[in-house]
Amino acid sequence: MTMSTIIWFDLAYLIGSICIVWGLKKMSSPDSAGAGNTLAAVGMGLAIVSAIFYPLGDSDNGNLIWIFGGLLLGTGVGYVLAKKVAMTAMPQMVSLLNGMGGATAMILGLVEYLRIGPDSGSFASNLTVVFALLVGSVSFSGSVLAYLKLEGRVDDKKITLPFHSAFNLVLLAIVLSGTCALSYATDWGIALLFLFTVLAIFYGLSFVAPIGGADMPVVISLLNSFTGISAATAGFVYGNLMMIVGGILVGASGTILTLMMCKAMNRSLWNVIVGGFGNAGPGVAADSNQQVKSVGLTDAAIQLAYSKTVLVVPGYGLAVAQAQKVCKELDELLEANGVDVRYGIHPVAGRMPGHMNVLLAEADVPYPKLLDLEEANDFLNQCDAVVVIGANDVVNPAAERDPSSSIYGMPVLKVWQAKNTIVMKRSMGKGYAGIENPLFFEKNTYMLFGDAKQTLQGLVSEVKGLG
Amino acid sequence: MEAFIEIVSKNYLLIFLLVFTVILGFEIISKVPTVLHTPLMSGSNAISGIVIIGAILLIRQSPSDAWIELVAGMLGLALAMVNVVGGFAVTHRMLEMFKKKKK
Repeated sequence: MTMSTIIWFDLAYLIGSICIVWGLKKMSSPDSAGAGNTLAAVGMGLAIVSAIFYPLGDSDNGNLIWIFGGLLLGTGVGYVLAKKVAMTAMPQMVSLLNGMGGATAMILGLVEYLRIGPDSGSFASNLTVVFALLVGSVSFSGSVLAYLKLEGRVDDKKITLPFHSAFNLVLLAIVLSGTCALSYATDWGIALLFLFTVLAIFYGLSFVAPIGGADMPVVISLLNSFTGISAATAGFVYGNLMMIVGGILVGASGTILTLMMCKAMNRSLWNVIVGGFGNAGPGVAADSNQQVKSVGLTDAAIQLAYSKTVLVVPGYGLAVAQAQKVCKELDELLEANGVDVRYGIHPVAGRMPGHMNVLLAEADVPYPKLLDLEEANDFLNQCDAVVVIGANDVVNPAAERDPSSSIYGMPVLKVWQAKNTIVMKRSMGKGYAGIENPLFFEKNTYMLFGDAKQTLQGLVSEVKGLG
Repeated sequence: MEAFIEIVSKNYLLIFLLVFTVILGFEIISKVPTVLHTPLMSGSNAISGIVIIGAILLIRQSPSDAWIELVAGMLGLALAMVNVVGGFAVTHRMLEMFKKKKK
Protein backbone atom coordinates (compact mmCIF):
# COMPACT_ATOMS: atom_id res chain seq x y z
CA MET A 1 0.00 0.00 0.00
CA THR A 2 1.29 3.42 -0.83
CA MET A 3 1.24 6.59 1.19
CA SER A 4 -1.41 8.07 -1.06
CA THR A 5 -3.86 5.33 -0.08
CA ILE A 6 -3.19 5.73 3.62
CA ILE A 7 -3.95 9.44 3.52
CA TRP A 8 -7.60 8.77 2.60
CA PHE A 9 -8.10 6.60 5.63
CA ASP A 10 -6.43 9.15 7.89
CA LEU A 11 -8.71 11.74 6.37
CA ALA A 12 -11.68 9.55 7.26
CA TYR A 13 -10.49 9.46 10.88
CA LEU A 14 -10.15 13.24 10.84
CA ILE A 15 -13.64 13.79 9.43
CA GLY A 16 -15.00 11.22 11.89
CA SER A 17 -13.42 13.11 14.79
CA ILE A 18 -14.88 16.40 13.56
CA CYS A 19 -18.32 14.76 13.35
CA ILE A 20 -18.03 13.61 16.95
CA VAL A 21 -16.90 17.01 18.24
CA TRP A 22 -19.59 18.79 16.24
CA GLY A 23 -22.20 16.30 17.37
CA LEU A 24 -21.37 16.95 21.02
CA LYS A 25 -21.52 20.67 20.39
CA LYS A 26 -25.04 20.29 19.02
CA MET A 27 -26.02 18.68 22.34
CA SER A 28 -26.16 22.17 23.84
CA SER A 29 -29.80 22.66 22.84
CA PRO A 30 -32.77 20.26 22.84
CA ASP A 31 -33.63 21.32 19.29
CA SER A 32 -30.33 20.39 17.73
CA ALA A 33 -29.38 17.51 20.04
CA GLY A 34 -31.03 14.86 17.85
CA ALA A 35 -29.03 15.94 14.81
CA GLY A 36 -25.92 16.04 16.99
CA ASN A 37 -26.40 12.44 18.04
CA THR A 38 -26.83 11.36 14.43
CA LEU A 39 -23.71 13.27 13.41
CA ALA A 40 -21.67 11.61 16.17
CA ALA A 41 -23.00 8.20 15.05
CA VAL A 42 -21.91 8.97 11.46
CA GLY A 43 -18.46 9.87 12.79
CA MET A 44 -18.33 6.54 14.60
CA GLY A 45 -19.37 4.72 11.41
CA LEU A 46 -16.56 6.41 9.49
CA ALA A 47 -14.10 5.36 12.19
CA ILE A 48 -15.20 1.72 12.01
CA VAL A 49 -15.01 1.57 8.21
CA SER A 50 -11.62 3.26 8.21
CA ALA A 51 -10.28 0.86 10.84
CA ILE A 52 -11.46 -2.16 8.85
CA PHE A 53 -9.83 -1.10 5.59
CA TYR A 54 -6.84 0.92 6.84
CA PRO A 55 -3.71 -0.30 5.04
CA LEU A 56 -1.57 -2.16 7.58
CA GLY A 57 1.06 -3.56 5.20
CA ASP A 58 2.62 -6.89 6.14
CA SER A 59 1.09 -7.11 9.59
CA ASP A 60 -2.39 -7.37 8.06
CA ASN A 61 -3.83 -10.86 8.40
CA GLY A 62 -7.33 -10.02 7.28
CA ASN A 63 -9.50 -12.08 9.65
CA LEU A 64 -12.45 -10.09 8.35
CA ILE A 65 -14.88 -12.87 9.18
CA TRP A 66 -14.10 -12.34 12.89
CA ILE A 67 -14.56 -8.63 12.54
CA PHE A 68 -17.91 -8.80 10.79
CA GLY A 69 -19.05 -11.52 13.17
CA GLY A 70 -18.31 -9.27 16.13
CA LEU A 71 -19.92 -6.25 14.50
CA LEU A 72 -23.08 -8.17 13.70
CA LEU A 73 -23.35 -9.69 17.16
CA GLY A 74 -22.76 -6.35 18.88
CA THR A 75 -25.21 -4.52 16.65
CA GLY A 76 -27.95 -7.05 17.31
CA VAL A 77 -27.54 -7.08 21.06
CA GLY A 78 -27.10 -3.30 21.30
CA TYR A 79 -30.14 -2.60 19.17
CA VAL A 80 -32.41 -4.91 21.14
CA LEU A 81 -31.19 -3.49 24.46
CA ALA A 82 -31.81 0.07 23.30
CA LYS A 83 -35.31 -0.69 22.01
CA LYS A 84 -36.45 -2.60 25.05
CA VAL A 85 -35.19 -0.50 27.93
CA ALA A 86 -37.75 1.54 29.88
CA MET A 87 -36.97 5.22 30.42
CA THR A 88 -37.10 4.63 34.16
CA ALA A 89 -34.29 2.08 33.80
CA MET A 90 -31.96 4.44 31.95
CA PRO A 91 -29.34 4.63 34.74
CA GLN A 92 -28.93 0.84 34.66
CA MET A 93 -28.70 0.85 30.87
CA VAL A 94 -26.03 3.53 30.81
CA SER A 95 -24.01 1.67 33.46
CA LEU A 96 -24.24 -1.60 31.59
CA LEU A 97 -23.17 -0.09 28.26
CA ASN A 98 -20.40 1.78 29.99
CA GLY A 99 -19.09 -1.46 31.45
CA MET A 100 -18.86 -2.94 27.97
CA GLY A 101 -16.60 -0.18 26.69
CA GLY A 102 -14.41 -0.75 29.75
CA ALA A 103 -14.36 -4.49 29.13
CA THR A 104 -13.09 -3.92 25.60
CA ALA A 105 -10.23 -1.75 26.86
CA MET A 106 -9.44 -4.48 29.39
CA ILE A 107 -9.34 -7.19 26.73
CA LEU A 108 -7.17 -5.05 24.46
CA GLY A 109 -4.76 -4.40 27.31
CA LEU A 110 -4.48 -8.12 28.13
CA VAL A 111 -3.98 -9.29 24.56
CA GLU A 112 -1.58 -6.51 23.62
CA TYR A 113 0.53 -7.07 26.70
CA LEU A 114 0.77 -10.79 25.99
CA ARG A 115 1.62 -10.09 22.37
CA ILE A 116 4.00 -7.15 22.31
CA GLY A 117 4.81 -6.30 25.90
CA PRO A 118 7.46 -8.92 26.69
CA ASP A 119 9.30 -8.40 23.39
CA SER A 120 9.43 -4.65 23.03
CA GLY A 121 10.30 -4.16 26.69
CA SER A 122 10.02 -0.37 26.56
CA PHE A 123 8.70 1.03 29.82
CA ALA A 124 6.65 3.69 28.03
CA SER A 125 4.82 1.33 25.72
CA ASN A 126 4.26 -1.23 28.48
CA LEU A 127 2.91 1.43 30.81
CA THR A 128 0.27 2.58 28.33
CA VAL A 129 -0.86 -1.01 27.77
CA VAL A 130 -1.02 -1.78 31.49
CA PHE A 131 -2.78 1.50 32.23
CA ALA A 132 -5.44 0.80 29.61
CA LEU A 133 -5.86 -2.63 31.19
CA LEU A 134 -6.13 -1.13 34.69
CA VAL A 135 -8.63 1.64 33.92
CA GLY A 136 -10.62 -0.64 31.62
CA SER A 137 -10.91 -3.33 34.29
CA VAL A 138 -11.94 -0.88 37.01
CA SER A 139 -14.53 0.76 34.80
CA PHE A 140 -15.84 -2.64 33.68
CA SER A 141 -16.32 -4.21 37.10
CA GLY A 142 -17.41 -0.94 38.71
CA SER A 143 -20.07 -0.39 36.06
CA VAL A 144 -21.37 -3.93 36.35
CA LEU A 145 -21.72 -3.54 40.12
CA ALA A 146 -23.43 -0.16 39.63
CA TYR A 147 -25.81 -1.87 37.22
CA LEU A 148 -26.60 -4.62 39.72
CA LYS A 149 -27.17 -2.06 42.47
CA LEU A 150 -29.52 0.01 40.32
CA GLU A 151 -31.41 -3.12 39.34
CA GLY A 152 -31.85 -3.72 43.06
CA ARG A 153 -30.05 -7.07 42.92
CA VAL A 154 -27.29 -6.01 45.31
CA ASP A 155 -27.89 -4.25 48.58
CA ASP A 156 -25.46 -1.40 49.29
CA LYS A 157 -25.16 -2.08 52.95
CA LYS A 158 -24.34 -5.77 52.72
CA ILE A 159 -21.17 -5.33 50.69
CA THR A 160 -19.49 -2.61 52.71
CA LEU A 161 -16.68 -3.70 55.01
CA PRO A 162 -15.68 -1.96 58.20
CA PHE A 163 -12.86 0.49 57.33
CA HIS A 164 -13.83 0.12 53.72
CA SER A 165 -12.14 3.34 52.59
CA ALA A 166 -8.82 2.38 54.20
CA PHE A 167 -9.12 -1.05 52.60
CA ASN A 168 -9.68 0.61 49.21
CA LEU A 169 -6.65 2.85 49.59
CA VAL A 170 -4.41 -0.14 50.35
CA LEU A 171 -5.88 -2.01 47.41
CA LEU A 172 -5.29 0.99 45.14
CA ALA A 173 -1.66 1.21 46.29
CA ILE A 174 -1.17 -2.49 45.50
CA VAL A 175 -2.75 -2.13 42.06
CA LEU A 176 -0.62 0.92 41.24
CA SER A 177 2.60 -0.83 42.27
CA GLY A 178 1.46 -3.73 40.10
CA THR A 179 1.18 -1.29 37.20
CA CYS A 180 4.79 -0.23 37.67
CA ALA A 181 6.04 -3.78 38.17
CA LEU A 182 4.36 -4.97 34.99
CA SER A 183 5.72 -2.00 33.02
CA TYR A 184 9.32 -2.64 34.14
CA ALA A 185 9.75 -6.34 34.39
CA THR A 186 8.06 -8.16 31.61
CA ASP A 187 9.78 -11.50 32.11
CA TRP A 188 7.91 -12.17 35.34
CA GLY A 189 5.52 -14.11 33.25
CA ILE A 190 1.88 -13.99 32.57
CA ALA A 191 0.91 -15.14 36.06
CA LEU A 192 1.54 -11.63 37.38
CA LEU A 193 -0.47 -10.16 34.54
CA PHE A 194 -3.53 -12.24 35.37
CA LEU A 195 -3.17 -11.68 39.10
CA PHE A 196 -3.00 -7.96 38.37
CA THR A 197 -6.11 -8.08 36.20
CA VAL A 198 -8.05 -9.93 38.88
CA LEU A 199 -6.95 -7.36 41.47
CA ALA A 200 -7.92 -4.47 39.18
CA ILE A 201 -11.37 -6.00 38.65
CA PHE A 202 -11.71 -6.50 42.37
CA TYR A 203 -10.69 -2.91 43.01
CA GLY A 204 -13.48 -1.71 40.69
CA LEU A 205 -16.02 -3.68 42.72
CA SER A 206 -14.63 -2.56 46.04
CA PHE A 207 -14.51 1.06 44.87
CA VAL A 208 -18.20 1.15 43.95
CA ALA A 209 -19.39 -1.09 46.80
CA PRO A 210 -19.87 1.54 49.53
CA ILE A 211 -21.35 4.19 47.22
CA GLY A 212 -25.04 3.97 46.52
CA GLY A 213 -28.50 5.49 46.52
CA ALA A 214 -28.46 9.24 46.10
CA ASP A 215 -24.72 9.17 45.35
CA MET A 216 -25.35 7.04 42.29
CA PRO A 217 -25.36 10.02 39.85
CA VAL A 218 -21.80 10.82 40.96
CA VAL A 219 -20.57 7.28 40.57
CA ILE A 220 -22.15 6.77 37.15
CA SER A 221 -20.60 9.98 35.85
CA LEU A 222 -17.25 9.00 37.27
CA LEU A 223 -17.34 5.54 35.69
CA ASN A 224 -18.32 7.17 32.39
CA SER A 225 -15.21 9.28 32.58
CA PHE A 226 -13.06 6.20 33.42
CA THR A 227 -14.25 4.41 30.29
CA GLY A 228 -13.36 7.47 28.22
CA ILE A 229 -9.90 7.56 29.74
CA SER A 230 -9.38 3.86 29.12
CA ALA A 231 -10.38 4.34 25.46
CA ALA A 232 -7.97 7.27 25.12
CA THR A 233 -5.16 5.23 26.70
CA ALA A 234 -5.86 2.41 24.28
CA GLY A 235 -5.53 5.11 21.60
CA PHE A 236 -1.97 5.66 22.78
CA VAL A 237 -1.31 1.93 22.51
CA TYR A 238 -2.38 1.91 18.85
CA GLY A 239 -1.13 5.41 18.11
CA ASN A 240 -4.64 6.19 16.90
CA LEU A 241 -5.55 9.86 17.08
CA MET A 242 -9.29 9.38 16.79
CA MET A 243 -9.38 7.02 19.76
CA ILE A 244 -7.57 9.66 21.79
CA VAL A 245 -9.96 12.43 20.73
CA GLY A 246 -13.09 10.35 21.36
CA GLY A 247 -11.84 8.94 24.65
CA ILE A 248 -10.76 12.31 26.03
CA LEU A 249 -14.08 13.96 25.10
CA VAL A 250 -15.92 11.29 27.05
CA GLY A 251 -13.45 11.62 29.90
CA ALA A 252 -14.07 15.38 30.01
CA SER A 253 -17.83 14.93 29.85
CA GLY A 254 -17.84 12.40 32.68
CA THR A 255 -15.56 14.56 34.79
CA ILE A 256 -17.69 17.68 34.37
CA LEU A 257 -20.88 15.84 35.27
CA THR A 258 -19.16 14.29 38.29
CA LEU A 259 -18.09 17.70 39.56
CA MET A 260 -21.55 19.18 38.90
CA MET A 261 -23.23 16.41 40.90
CA CYS A 262 -20.80 16.89 43.78
CA LYS A 263 -21.42 20.61 43.74
CA ALA A 264 -25.17 20.02 43.78
CA MET A 265 -24.73 18.08 47.00
CA ASN A 266 -22.19 20.51 48.40
CA ARG A 267 -19.76 17.66 48.98
CA SER A 268 -16.31 16.95 47.64
CA LEU A 269 -15.69 14.00 45.35
CA TRP A 270 -13.44 12.58 48.06
CA ASN A 271 -16.29 12.75 50.55
CA VAL A 272 -18.64 10.90 48.19
CA ILE A 273 -16.08 8.16 47.51
CA VAL A 274 -14.82 7.74 51.04
CA GLY A 275 -17.81 8.34 53.24
CA GLY A 276 -21.36 7.53 52.30
CA PHE A 277 -24.23 9.36 53.97
CA GLY A 278 -24.69 6.40 56.26
CA ASN A 279 -21.46 7.03 58.12
CA ALA A 280 -22.52 10.46 59.33
CA GLY A 281 -24.16 11.24 62.64
CA PRO A 282 -27.83 10.63 63.19
CA GLY A 283 -28.74 14.32 63.13
CA VAL A 284 -31.26 15.73 65.52
CA ALA A 285 -33.68 13.06 66.59
CA ALA A 286 -37.28 13.76 65.77
CA ASP A 287 -39.32 15.19 68.57
CA SER A 288 -41.68 12.43 69.52
CA ASN A 289 -44.39 14.98 70.25
CA GLN A 290 -44.46 16.01 66.65
CA GLN A 291 -47.29 14.65 64.62
CA VAL A 292 -47.64 14.39 60.92
CA LYS A 293 -50.92 15.42 59.33
CA SER A 294 -52.20 13.22 56.60
CA VAL A 295 -54.67 14.34 54.00
CA GLY A 296 -57.26 12.49 51.95
CA LEU A 297 -57.41 12.38 48.17
CA THR A 298 -60.48 14.62 47.94
CA ASP A 299 -59.02 17.36 50.11
CA ALA A 300 -55.70 17.21 48.30
CA ALA A 301 -57.47 17.42 44.94
CA ILE A 302 -59.50 20.44 46.03
CA GLN A 303 -56.41 22.15 47.35
CA LEU A 304 -54.55 21.65 44.08
CA ALA A 305 -57.43 22.54 41.79
CA TYR A 306 -58.02 25.86 43.56
CA SER A 307 -54.37 26.91 43.61
CA LYS A 308 -53.00 29.49 41.20
CA THR A 309 -49.52 28.01 41.07
CA VAL A 310 -48.38 24.46 41.78
CA LEU A 311 -44.82 23.12 41.85
CA VAL A 312 -44.29 19.39 41.38
CA VAL A 313 -41.08 18.01 42.89
CA PRO A 314 -40.32 14.57 41.44
CA GLY A 315 -37.79 12.17 42.92
CA TYR A 316 -36.63 8.61 42.54
CA GLY A 317 -40.01 7.41 43.84
CA LEU A 318 -41.65 8.71 40.66
CA ALA A 319 -39.31 6.55 38.60
CA VAL A 320 -39.83 3.48 40.74
CA ALA A 321 -43.61 3.79 40.53
CA GLN A 322 -43.41 4.56 36.77
CA ALA A 323 -45.82 7.38 37.52
CA GLN A 324 -44.57 10.01 35.05
CA LYS A 325 -47.51 9.68 32.66
CA VAL A 326 -50.20 9.91 35.32
CA CYS A 327 -48.33 12.88 36.68
CA LYS A 328 -48.63 14.59 33.30
CA GLU A 329 -52.35 13.74 33.22
CA LEU A 330 -52.85 15.50 36.55
CA ASP A 331 -50.80 18.41 35.23
CA GLU A 332 -53.11 18.75 32.19
CA LEU A 333 -56.27 18.62 34.28
CA LEU A 334 -54.95 21.29 36.61
CA GLU A 335 -53.84 23.47 33.70
CA ALA A 336 -57.37 23.15 32.30
CA ASN A 337 -58.56 24.55 35.62
CA GLY A 338 -56.28 27.56 35.17
CA VAL A 339 -53.51 26.38 37.48
CA ASP A 340 -49.92 27.21 36.53
CA VAL A 341 -48.06 23.89 36.99
CA ARG A 342 -44.26 23.77 37.03
CA TYR A 343 -41.70 21.15 37.97
CA GLY A 344 -38.77 21.71 40.30
CA ILE A 345 -35.86 19.49 39.33
CA HIS A 346 -33.07 19.06 41.83
CA PRO A 347 -29.75 18.19 40.11
CA VAL A 348 -29.36 14.95 42.05
CA ALA A 349 -33.00 13.85 41.96
CA GLY A 350 -33.11 10.31 40.59
CA ARG A 351 -30.20 8.03 39.98
CA MET A 352 -28.30 9.77 37.18
CA PRO A 353 -27.75 13.35 35.99
CA GLY A 354 -30.89 14.57 34.23
CA HIS A 355 -32.88 11.42 35.09
CA MET A 356 -36.09 13.31 35.96
CA ASN A 357 -35.90 15.42 32.80
CA VAL A 358 -35.94 12.30 30.66
CA LEU A 359 -38.88 10.77 32.51
CA LEU A 360 -40.93 13.95 32.18
CA ALA A 361 -39.95 14.28 28.53
CA GLU A 362 -41.25 10.74 28.01
CA ALA A 363 -44.56 11.88 29.48
CA ASP A 364 -44.61 14.85 27.05
CA VAL A 365 -44.09 17.55 29.65
CA PRO A 366 -42.72 20.57 27.72
CA TYR A 367 -39.22 21.35 28.95
CA PRO A 368 -39.83 25.07 29.58
CA LYS A 369 -42.03 23.91 32.48
CA LEU A 370 -39.05 22.31 34.16
CA LEU A 371 -37.32 24.65 36.58
CA ASP A 372 -33.82 24.10 37.89
CA LEU A 373 -32.93 24.50 41.55
CA GLU A 374 -32.59 28.30 41.54
CA GLU A 375 -35.61 28.99 39.35
CA ALA A 376 -37.70 26.62 41.42
CA ASN A 377 -36.69 28.30 44.65
CA ASP A 378 -37.68 31.69 43.20
CA PHE A 379 -40.97 30.21 42.07
CA LEU A 380 -41.60 28.76 45.54
CA ASN A 381 -41.83 32.23 47.10
CA GLN A 382 -45.18 32.84 45.48
CA CYS A 383 -46.29 29.25 45.09
CA ASP A 384 -49.65 28.08 46.45
CA ALA A 385 -49.05 24.37 46.62
CA VAL A 386 -46.19 21.92 46.21
CA VAL A 387 -46.57 18.24 45.38
CA VAL A 388 -43.55 16.18 46.38
CA ILE A 389 -43.59 12.84 44.56
CA GLY A 390 -41.14 10.30 45.91
CA ALA A 391 -38.43 12.81 46.76
CA ASN A 392 -37.05 13.17 50.25
CA ASP A 393 -33.53 14.36 50.89
CA VAL A 394 -33.66 17.07 48.21
CA VAL A 395 -36.52 18.79 50.08
CA ASN A 396 -35.15 18.37 53.59
CA PRO A 397 -35.04 21.63 55.58
CA ALA A 398 -32.39 20.13 57.87
CA ALA A 399 -29.92 20.94 55.08
CA GLU A 400 -30.47 24.60 55.96
CA ARG A 401 -31.29 24.57 59.64
CA ASP A 402 -29.52 21.74 61.36
CA PRO A 403 -25.69 21.96 61.40
CA SER A 404 -25.47 18.48 62.94
CA SER A 405 -27.29 16.88 60.02
CA SER A 406 -25.23 14.90 57.53
CA ILE A 407 -26.79 16.78 54.64
CA TYR A 408 -26.30 20.22 56.20
CA GLY A 409 -25.15 22.68 53.54
CA MET A 410 -26.57 20.78 50.59
CA PRO A 411 -28.64 23.13 48.41
CA VAL A 412 -32.26 21.94 48.55
CA LEU A 413 -35.64 22.89 47.14
CA LYS A 414 -37.24 25.09 49.81
CA VAL A 415 -40.70 23.65 49.46
CA TRP A 416 -41.67 24.73 52.98
CA GLN A 417 -41.84 28.30 51.70
CA ALA A 418 -44.91 27.49 49.66
CA LYS A 419 -48.32 28.00 51.26
CA ASN A 420 -49.02 24.28 51.40
CA THR A 421 -47.02 21.16 50.69
CA ILE A 422 -48.42 17.74 49.88
CA VAL A 423 -45.90 14.94 50.27
CA MET A 424 -46.63 11.67 48.48
CA LYS A 425 -44.82 8.83 50.14
CA ARG A 426 -45.13 5.13 50.57
CA SER A 427 -44.61 5.28 54.31
CA MET A 428 -42.84 7.29 56.98
CA GLY A 429 -39.55 5.60 55.97
CA LYS A 430 -36.42 7.66 55.71
CA GLY A 431 -34.73 8.71 52.48
CA TYR A 432 -31.46 7.31 51.25
CA ALA A 433 -29.50 9.48 53.65
CA GLY A 434 -31.26 7.68 56.51
CA ILE A 435 -32.16 10.86 58.34
CA GLU A 436 -35.39 12.35 59.58
CA ASN A 437 -37.05 14.90 57.38
CA PRO A 438 -38.50 17.73 59.51
CA LEU A 439 -40.47 18.83 56.45
CA PHE A 440 -43.08 16.19 57.27
CA PHE A 441 -43.75 17.87 60.60
CA GLU A 442 -44.11 21.41 59.25
CA LYS A 443 -47.48 22.97 59.99
CA ASN A 444 -48.33 23.42 56.32
CA THR A 445 -47.22 19.95 55.23
CA TYR A 446 -49.77 17.24 54.52
CA MET A 447 -48.84 13.62 53.94
CA LEU A 448 -50.56 11.56 51.27
CA PHE A 449 -49.52 7.95 51.86
CA GLY A 450 -49.52 5.27 49.20
CA ASP A 451 -47.95 4.19 45.93
CA ALA A 452 -47.16 7.26 43.82
CA LYS A 453 -48.93 5.97 40.72
CA GLN A 454 -52.11 4.91 42.48
CA THR A 455 -52.23 8.12 44.49
CA LEU A 456 -51.80 10.21 41.37
CA GLN A 457 -54.52 8.23 39.62
CA GLY A 458 -56.76 8.86 42.60
CA LEU A 459 -56.03 12.58 42.41
CA VAL A 460 -56.77 12.60 38.69
CA SER A 461 -60.23 11.13 39.17
CA GLU A 462 -60.94 13.44 42.10
CA VAL A 463 -59.97 16.52 40.10
CA LYS A 464 -62.11 15.27 37.21
CA GLY A 465 -65.01 14.92 39.64
CA LEU A 466 -64.61 18.56 40.68
CA GLY A 467 -64.92 19.78 37.10
CA MET B 1 12.19 10.47 35.56
CA GLU B 2 14.02 9.19 32.50
CA ALA B 3 11.09 6.98 31.71
CA PHE B 4 8.80 9.95 32.00
CA ILE B 5 10.92 12.00 29.58
CA GLU B 6 10.94 9.06 27.21
CA ILE B 7 7.15 8.84 27.30
CA VAL B 8 6.75 12.55 26.65
CA SER B 9 9.28 12.79 23.84
CA LYS B 10 8.04 9.63 22.17
CA ASN B 11 4.42 10.73 22.27
CA TYR B 12 4.85 14.47 22.00
CA LEU B 13 2.26 14.99 19.26
CA LEU B 14 -0.26 12.70 20.94
CA ILE B 15 0.13 14.55 24.23
CA PHE B 16 -0.27 17.85 22.38
CA LEU B 17 -3.51 16.53 20.92
CA LEU B 18 -4.60 15.23 24.32
CA VAL B 19 -4.18 18.57 26.02
CA PHE B 20 -6.13 20.45 23.39
CA THR B 21 -8.88 17.86 23.35
CA VAL B 22 -9.23 18.16 27.12
CA ILE B 23 -9.70 21.93 26.75
CA LEU B 24 -12.11 21.51 23.85
CA GLY B 25 -14.05 18.84 25.73
CA PHE B 26 -14.50 20.98 28.83
CA GLU B 27 -15.57 23.96 26.69
CA ILE B 28 -18.17 22.02 24.74
CA ILE B 29 -19.58 19.89 27.53
CA SER B 30 -19.98 22.70 30.04
CA LYS B 31 -22.45 24.34 27.62
CA VAL B 32 -24.84 21.38 27.73
CA PRO B 33 -27.94 22.27 29.79
CA THR B 34 -29.17 20.14 32.71
CA VAL B 35 -32.22 19.01 30.73
CA LEU B 36 -29.96 17.10 28.38
CA HIS B 37 -27.58 15.54 30.88
CA THR B 38 -28.94 12.02 30.56
CA PRO B 39 -28.81 12.00 26.73
CA LEU B 40 -25.37 13.61 26.93
CA MET B 41 -24.28 10.80 29.15
CA SER B 42 -25.62 7.99 27.00
CA GLY B 43 -24.36 9.72 23.87
CA SER B 44 -20.86 10.24 25.22
CA ASN B 45 -21.05 6.69 26.47
CA ALA B 46 -21.57 5.56 22.88
CA ILE B 47 -18.57 7.64 21.84
CA SER B 48 -16.39 5.81 24.36
CA GLY B 49 -17.12 2.80 22.17
CA ILE B 50 -14.45 4.33 19.89
CA VAL B 51 -12.23 1.76 21.58
CA ILE B 52 -13.71 -0.50 18.89
CA ILE B 53 -10.99 0.77 16.52
CA GLY B 54 -8.45 -0.92 18.76
CA ALA B 55 -10.39 -4.19 18.70
CA ILE B 56 -10.57 -4.12 14.90
CA LEU B 57 -6.85 -3.43 14.55
CA LEU B 58 -6.10 -6.17 17.06
CA ILE B 59 -8.05 -8.77 15.10
CA ARG B 60 -6.53 -7.69 11.79
CA GLN B 61 -3.02 -8.06 13.16
CA SER B 62 -3.60 -11.42 14.84
CA PRO B 63 -2.16 -14.51 13.16
CA SER B 64 -5.06 -16.35 11.55
CA ASP B 65 -4.44 -19.44 13.67
CA ALA B 66 -4.20 -17.63 17.02
CA TRP B 67 -7.60 -18.72 18.22
CA ILE B 68 -7.41 -17.29 21.70
CA GLU B 69 -6.42 -13.85 20.44
CA LEU B 70 -9.11 -13.92 17.79
CA VAL B 71 -11.85 -15.02 20.16
CA ALA B 72 -10.79 -12.42 22.75
CA GLY B 73 -10.61 -9.78 20.04
CA MET B 74 -14.04 -10.64 18.71
CA LEU B 75 -15.51 -10.57 22.21
CA GLY B 76 -13.98 -7.13 22.77
CA LEU B 77 -15.22 -5.96 19.39
CA ALA B 78 -18.76 -7.21 20.03
CA LEU B 79 -18.88 -5.58 23.47
CA ALA B 80 -17.66 -2.27 22.07
CA MET B 81 -20.26 -2.52 19.30
CA VAL B 82 -23.03 -3.10 21.86
CA ASN B 83 -21.76 0.05 23.57
CA VAL B 84 -21.80 2.01 20.29
CA VAL B 85 -25.12 0.83 18.85
CA GLY B 86 -26.93 0.65 22.18
CA GLY B 87 -25.63 4.06 23.21
CA PHE B 88 -26.54 5.91 20.04
CA ALA B 89 -29.90 4.15 19.66
CA VAL B 90 -31.01 4.84 23.21
CA THR B 91 -29.87 8.46 22.95
CA HIS B 92 -31.85 8.78 19.74
CA ARG B 93 -34.93 7.39 21.50
CA MET B 94 -34.59 9.91 24.33
CA LEU B 95 -34.00 12.88 22.08
CA GLU B 96 -37.04 12.01 19.98
CA MET B 97 -39.09 12.48 23.16
CA PHE B 98 -37.60 15.91 23.68
CA LYS B 99 -38.35 16.82 20.09
CA LYS B 100 -41.97 15.77 19.69
CA LYS B 101 -43.44 18.28 22.12
CA LYS B 102 -41.91 21.22 20.30
CA LYS B 103 -44.81 21.49 17.86
